[in-house]
Amino acid sequence: MTRLLAGLAALLLALAAAVWWLNVRGDGDLSVTPSDGNDPTLIERGAYLARAGNCQDCHTPRGAAPYSGGRGIPTPFGTVYSSNLTPDAQTGIGAWTAAEFRRALHNGRSRDGRLLYPAFPYDSYTRISAEDADALFAFLRSLPAVARPNRPHALRFPYDTQLALAIWRALYFQPGRFAPQAAQSAAWNRGAYLVQGLGHCSACHARRNALGAMRDPAALAGGLIPLQNWYAPGLAGQPTPAVAALLQRGVSDSVALLGPMAEVVLHSTQHLRPPDLSAMAMHLQSLPGAEAPRNRADTPTSAQLKRGAGIYEDRCALCHGDDGQGRSRAYVPLAGNRAVLRDPAANLVQVVLGGAFPASTAGNPRPFGMPPFATELSDEDVAAVLSYIRNAWGNRAAAVQPLDVQRWRSSVRP
Amino acid sequence: MAQRLLACTGCHGKDGRAASDGYYPRIAGKPAGYLFRQLRAFRDGQRPYALMSHLLAPLDDAYLQEIANHFATLKLPYAPPPPSRADAATLKRGQALTQQGDAARDIPACQACHGTTLTGMGANVPGLLGLPVDYLNAQLGAWRTGARRAEAPDCMAQIAHRLSPQDVNALAHWLAAQPVPAQPVTEAPGPAPMRCGSMEGPP
Repeated sequence: MTRLLAGLAALLLALAAAVWWLNVRGDGDLSVTPSDGNDPTLIERGAYLARAGNCQDCHTPRGAAPYSGGRGIPTPFGTVYSSNLTPDAQTGIGAWTAAEFRRALHNGRSRDGRLLYPAFPYDSYTRISAEDADALFAFLRSLPAVARPNRPHALRFPYDTQLALAIWRALYFQPGRFAPQAAQSAAWNRGAYLVQGLGHCSACHARRNALGAMRDPAALAGGLIPLQNWYAPGLAGQPTPAVAALLQRGVSDSVALLGPMAEVVLHSTQHLRPPDLSAMAMHLQSLPGAEAPRNRADTPTSAQLKRGAGIYEDRCALCHGDDGQGRSRAYVPLAGNRAVLRDPAANLVQVVLGGAFPASTAGNPRPFGMPPFATELSDEDVAAVLSYIRNAWGNRAAAVQPLDVQRWRSSVRP
Repeated sequence: MAQRLLACTGCHGKDGRAASDGYYPRIAGKPAGYLFRQLRAFRDGQRPYALMSHLLAPLDDAYLQEIANHFATLKLPYAPPPPSRADAATLKRGQALTQQGDAARDIPACQACHGTTLTGMGANVPGLLGLPVDYLNAQLGAWRTGARRAEAPDCMAQIAHRLSPQDVNALAHWLAAQPVPAQPVTEAPGPAPMRCGSMEGPP
């Protein structure tokens, strides 16, 4: 019995040691002093990189001072509140060193060594180079200081404990800088660096398991954004020039980036240099794999199609056309549109309920918008009109059920 | 522009002249500065209404200003007000508050800022006529509870805090029952009774 207990204790100790080691591996040397943080070129580079990472979006509540933190990020485990990144000494990162900042990006640890929640996507940022981390730090240090204490996260037990976080990290987090692939071009590597690192595209576009960990993040195979219930589609295999232009303008003749991605375009991608956008697009095009095959088993009933056709004629045809052909440079076509045929149909439901504008960008400063129908159409109406659209004019896709609409109607947006 | 802004007129009615459901307010002809501030407040969360907030999230200030200008320039006739459901005493109370205010409670007359004919003044002060009673009730209520705010000093919030629920109801019913005059007067009867952040400086 004593031996059994001793054995168990030894096993627990070994596990604890493993978890501890897995959490501190890759920690940089905190005594290293990086280059001069007041260099204007460095600050400017950091400002650009912060755009590429869209840092401001999560670190600024709507209407508040930029980077002052406190925006709630809804997760299935509770709400995580972003932190104050302005150089205020008490409440921001004024007292931080560049090395501590590097460790936060690369290893998800705060200044005091506390483990950070991966809603801050350090599982992507760990790919960022040390030089870029220092540039970001220099930029953040150049912002006006805002005194705003960080708001404690509102997470449920056991997710609110450091132990749970340590175990999660031991299981799922692997620190490591981006390593260029010698067989690929410089542009491809630049694209991969931006997509996998700062761009943290996988935060939305990768599948996740029940504990919120990404499965094969580099594949960007697509996933439903938890609670927001927008589907971030798979990004593999799209033609490079089209994707680069789309990230810059926010729309093309056949695609409009809407919902959370429209905000990414507004705050981030439209500001990136064309060579960087092309590099990102080139990397995405090279990704293997296509979106999961569509489930065609669930065909709509004729009653649903009839009801849907009536609603379409009354509410949709004026802009999207009698044959779902859309109108060039204004309204995307619905016939043959991949976004219309995709499963799950979450984005279609979101757009019909909430309406949508694409981002206003330099290339498309006055986007055309779609009105919300949440107050006019019932769950059955929305399901019927979407089932009709997904099965008219040569389209063929699964029916949308009223239950899906009801589920997605109560979505949360940060 | 109208074609681009079908997203707005879906709820706010053709040309933004209010919808038949009795809630969504008319936006046509409201002052551009006022409309811009409201659009920005919805987008940035100072005026909480999820539908507006999400719809406007991907739009920059320049486009919001153009949207505001577009609806501000639409000078369209108003429909006659619907018959009031309120009793005579309520309407009388509403009329008195609108035209005289209540000096004892430090409540200025609505006309003092919103103009002699209550049709608004300048780029930042909206008219109060031609709006649905439910909308007026909800907005005055929101000013009272702090759900609706404006730049400091927030004069409307200060005034609304001095109003009772009965005052709010009376004001909403009386204002909603008034026809919009053919000849609006864009002047106040006297100097502004208090400072308002939303009337000062660039938006």
